Amino acid sequence: MFSMDLLLGAVVLGVLLGCFYAAVSVGLSISFGLLDVPHVAHPAFLVLASYGVYQLNETYDIDPLLAGLAITPLFFLFGLLAYRVYYETFEKRGTDAGVRGIAFFFGIAFIIEVLIILQFGVDQRSVTATYIGKAWRFGEYRIPIRQLVAFAVALALTILLAVYLSKTFMGRAIRAVAQDEEALRLMGANPVRIKQFAFGIATAVLGIAGALLIIVAPVEPTLDRAYIGRTFCVVVMAGLGSISGTLIAAIILGVAESIVLTLFGASWAPAISFAMLLVVLAVRPQGLFGR
Amino acid sequence: MSNRRHNIAFWAGVAVFLVAVLAMTQIVRNEYPFFAGYVILQFIALAVAWSILGGYAGYVNFGTNAFFGVGVYTAVALFKATGAPLVVQIAAAAVVGMLLGFAVGLLTLRMRGIFFSIATIAVAIIIETFVMNWRFVGGAAGIQLQRPAVMAPFDSYVKMLFFVQAILVVIAVAVARYIQNSRIGRGLQALRDDELAAECTGVPTLKLKLVACMISGALISAAGAPAAMYLQYADPSSAFNLSYSVSALAMSLIGGTAHWIGPVLGAILLGSTQQLLSVTISSEVNVLVLGIMLVLFVVGAPKGIIGLLRPRYRLRAGGKP
Repeated sequence: MFSMDLLLGAVVLGVLLGCFYAAVSVGLSISFGLLDVPHVAHPAFLVLASYGVYQLNETYDIDPLLAGLAITPLFFLFGLLAYRVYYETFEKRGTDAGVRGIAFFFGIAFIIEVLIILQFGVDQRSVTATYIGKAWRFGEYRIPIRQLVAFAVALALTILLAVYLSKTFMGRAIRAVAQDEEALRLMGANPVRIKQFAFGIATAVLGIAGALLIIVAPVEPTLDRAYIGRTFCVVVMAGLGSISGTLIAAIILGVAESIVLTLFGASWAPAISFAMLLVVLAVRPQGLFGR
Repeated sequence: MSNRRHNIAFWAGVAVFLVAVLAMTQIVRNEYPFFAGYVILQFIALAVAWSILGGYAGYVNFGTNAFFGVGVYTAVALFKATGAPLVVQIAAAAVVGMLLGFAVGLLTLRMRGIFFSIATIAVAIIIETFVMNWRFVGGAAGIQLQRPAVMAPFDSYVKMLFFVQAILVVIAVAVARYIQNSRIGRGLQALRDDELAAECTGVPTLKLKLVACMISGALISAAGAPAAMYLQYADPSSAFNLSYSVSALAMSLIGGTAHWIGPVLGAILLGSTQQLLSVTISSEVNVLVLGIMLVLFVVGAPKGIIGLLRPRYRLRAGGKP
């Protein structure tokens, strides 16, 4: 039954899991948190990236992390294109953009899901690498090395992005466009181009995040549905657009999921992120570190 | 005014439709048309019900599957516990759906746009998880159901379900039509166009949102209830499948939400295409077609089919000339 050791193990695994959740959510924190794009297709893009990594790993035997890095430029361009279409059809025209913008991304998510099914089938897919399948043991604890790798890369990625957004010129421009688009326009900058670039960055990050997703566990085409809950939970709990908040919120989610998994079993796990999301939306919609 | 004439024409149309459906069940021997037709009728009911909240009020509900699944499982639980007849199952599903709509409405009262949509997905997943852990109705593995004997004048259960679903469609359309022409509908459209302005001019926006959630929820759950008997089987992952949400949403938006006929047209068009495709090609392809059509219409024809057919609806719906 309940024991301190068990709980401690769950918390440690939860922190590792949480950092991974931060990496898959941080793109949404930019696209939805900063740019206000109702990007429901973010998790579908993520799963798509995982399948890209799978394909590279399968055919050329490239390390999944390198494969993730290799598809990053492609995803950057994909992001530029996606934002351009969204901007031209919805943001620019203004009225009624809400309903149709949401439906647009919902439709895109479904199209991606089906295309993956048609190409790869509904079976689970996984990658091979030297660090997958092994585990470190500390006494009775056992931590899979794949979790540690995902944790380290995820943490580095999130911190890198936080530094990028707060220290570099372009990063600050992105945050400025989120705060006051009109002011930027008055100063002679083109807010649409900055937003497009930011959306590109947010999508490019998914290359690496997708690699982590398939390193941590096998993926299947409909996996994006579970990650709608996880990514939006993290971004909303963090407070829209807060990158450091994203890390903390993701760790809270990771630990909560891990504890529930240990105490009540796997069948309750999918509901955790959605339940936390609902509670945050109902009680504190501005999030923990809201702007 | 021509309102009375419209009313007479509408109810005459309804009577002709129901008589035709009933006659079809008596004349046609082959069961297959009813099997396929039931699905199309079900989509019409779902799309029309969805558009009350999603179309008139502009709140994009991703949780059609929550209400649908709750309808299915209300019917299953009642049937297993008491062996209640179909009519009772549907009525109970409508009541439970209305209660769920009330709960969802209260919970999401202050949420707008994407927050509302995400919250409705969350509700669906949470309820699905509870049903998966509910042993009485079979848990994650699902449950087999034995249909009771069919009632006269029908000679097969599927034909009876077809007729019942036709009645549910009529109810959904009548309710949607009533709302569209009433104060509720005008209030919903006002809050859709500008919630703050509507609130300021005295439209009770929160109350209207709650009412729309409840009515839409009740209709969706009612439309879902017969699915248990139709399939003779129910399991959480198909009863709460997200494809019900995308279908209802896509069919409404593709048809156009400014008038109740829009979702009906959208559901007939896409529902029949889906039936054709899943017979001839595969069920994946029909989801792909649905998704692509949704994106194309949302980008290229924002007022849907009715907007293409009759430009005057543009004036009515958008508020902008």
